Amino acid sequence: MRTLRFLLQKELRQMRRDPAIWRILFLMPVIQLLILPLAADYEVKNINLSVTDHDRSVYSQLLVRKVIASGYFRLTDYSPGFGTALRAVERDKADLILEIPPRWDRDLIKDGSATLFIAVNAINGVKAGLGAAYLQGIIQDYNAEVRAKWLAPARMNPQPVIEVQYSDWFNPHMNYRFFMVPGILVMLLTMIGSSFASNNIVREIELGTIEQINVSPIRKVHFILGKLIPFWLLSMLILTVGLILARVVFGIVPLGHYATIYLFAGVYLLSILGLGLLMSTYAQTQQQSMLVSFFITMIFNLMSGLYTPVESMPEWGQWIARLTPVSYFIQVMRMVVLKGSGVADIVPHILAVLGFAVVFNGWAILNYKKRRG
Amino acid sequence: MIMKQLLVFVRKEWYHIWRDRRTLLILIGMPIIQIVLYGFALTNEVKNSNIAVLDAAQDASSIPLVQEIAASRYFHLLRYIHSPRDIEGVFRKGKIRMAIVIPRDFRNDLLHTNHAQVQLIADASDPNTANTLTNYAVAIINTYQSSLNVDQSLPYSIHTQLRMLYNPELKGAYNFVPGVMAMVLMLVCAMMTSISIVKEKEMGTMEVILVSPLKPFRIVIAKTIPYLLISFVNIVTILLLSVYALDVPIAGSLVLLVAESLLFTGLSLSIGILISNSTRSQQTAMFTSMMSLFLPTLIFSGFLFPVENMPVPLQVIANVVPAKWYFIIVKDVMIKGAGFEAVWKETLVLAGMMTVLLGISIRNFKIRLT
Repeated sequence: MRTLRFLLQKELRQMRRDPAIWRILFLMPVIQLLILPLAADYEVKNINLSVTDHDRSVYSQLLVRKVIASGYFRLTDYSPGFGTALRAVERDKADLILEIPPRWDRDLIKDGSATLFIAVNAINGVKAGLGAAYLQGIIQDYNAEVRAKWLAPARMNPQPVIEVQYSDWFNPHMNYRFFMVPGILVMLLTMIGSSFASNNIVREIELGTIEQINVSPIRKVHFILGKLIPFWLLSMLILTVGLILARVVFGIVPLGHYATIYLFAGVYLLSILGLGLLMSTYAQTQQQSMLVSFFITMIFNLMSGLYTPVESMPEWGQWIARLTPVSYFIQVMRMVVLKGSGVADIVPHILAVLGFAVVFNGWAILNYKKRRG
Repeated sequence: MIMKQLLVFVRKEWYHIWRDRRTLLILIGMPIIQIVLYGFALTNEVKNSNIAVLDAAQDASSIPLVQEIAASRYFHLLRYIHSPRDIEGVFRKGKIRMAIVIPRDFRNDLLHTNHAQVQLIADASDPNTANTLTNYAVAIINTYQSSLNVDQSLPYSIHTQLRMLYNPELKGAYNFVPGVMAMVLMLVCAMMTSISIVKEKEMGTMEVILVSPLKPFRIVIAKTIPYLLISFVNIVTILLLSVYALDVPIAGSLVLLVAESLLFTGLSLSIGILISNSTRSQQTAMFTSMMSLFLPTLIFSGFLFPVENMPVPLQVIANVVPAKWYFIIVKDVMIKGAGFEAVWKETLVLAGMMTVLLGISIRNFKIRLT
């Protein structure tokens, strides 16, 4: 126990005397947490719409006005023909083309049906899909209005109709930031924790100070714990700063308890710092350890479900996601913050992360050798 | 003579890289893994979303409707629930994305009053997925409804014909292949070059190189050439993978695409040199590269997040990120099949940036270490 205390004293003193580390440790997450959520906005809005109206009737005008009034679309231009509109898409001036064919209103009235043409720039699949869905929804609404106006009001509906009511729970204003900020905070914590932990032992090797530890009567467990605890405390501090920022800047107040978040974070950090130390025991140079930890965090980043839903992945992808501790924390963070989940709801997640912590740290202790060569 | 000296240095640098197999493996393997993950694992397309159904009717109309929904590839019926009180609990455990509630007497309402209700409750913590799921469910319900009355069609119907340009299957690959190219080139060229130059400073071997008869700036050029080669290998790997594994064809001219990529590589290398000029330790070089290159490339290039959605100040910042321009060029040339006349402006921006950065780093290059 005494050995451990001395080791902790050494690590904390080393940290305190390196101001550059403090700058990076705190400035980096703060800046990122402020900028990333502003940029990471998947909400689809301001879709640029080019309208080609060959009909130019009252009804086509009404339709266009209704589309614009929805707020999702921004009318860029009225193109004289489809070719002009297509060129606007090629130059990225328009995302979506709505073409109203000639005599559209007459077809609608006389034949009882008329067709509209929509062309979407589909390079960005999400935007295209949602944009088209919004536009079709608006057209359906318009259709229903027109029908209601022209048809003699039937006393009873001539056909069976299923009315769909929908409600959006947990984030009724559909605020994308409430979804992204908790996830981004987890990502930042992971990046900082694992990259610093992974760099730490290699640094002692490169600088030669590891020799002194190797010749001292410090046990391997103590050595690893001595590295783990200071980083754990530091990461908890960063988490606190992040949670305060999320609350003050973005107005995100967790529906659940902060205590639930801290409980999970405590276990989670043990696993992620353990992974960092494990990488550190394998690397020979700082360049190597940085590149490896960068590589692993990148995979974590992509597979964690931060940007894309995990269920959409193929089976093997979901297995990778299950093997990345980050995905559990991101889920838990979103559950606690948005849905108010309590400790009882996240027991499976805690157990999974605890398993990672035991494996990574145990492996790191086994792999750390006092003897070289 | 000069060429020969240069070649000697290139060979020395190459040995450095070649002998650190682990790093080399990551540098070559990184784009492959990224392409595989993006291409096959990551998709914003919503499918197999878990749903729960509260079917209070359990009658001849509601059961086929639930079957229709469960059979679609978008939904996976995880479980039935039996009380409205349970809905929130299932959501809280994070098990389902949507709950469908069918009220009692569904069939009765449908047949006798011609008007029945279905309630969709979406987990809107992820707004886009919630929107998409609701749209899919409504579409399935509408289809089911019109299958009930086949012989009559509604009067005054407006139909829509939808055409998805360039990417009819809505593949994510069309958006991320250009993004991965920008990211990998940035990483290999700028980050690795800057770290490798700073490493010589840290280790003290820079001293030896600086007293050699080769002009200092040529030394730096010699250091960048092996990384140029690696990035060329990366470009070829990414293009081959995207054409043969992901079926993303190169619609425009291959020569133009490679030429633009080399221009971007050159730009990244000059950024790397600039960073190495101003840092002293590998750790600082690494974090500077990460902060000033990797993250901006990820955020502002437009491949993860649409730039036009960002607040105006961020859109302005995006203009100084080289990857944004390269991303536009690759997207236009590779996917839309545009020619040089469509991308000359972006090319000019990249060339301008490169001239300025190279100019600054040549002027600031220090022959003396202190």
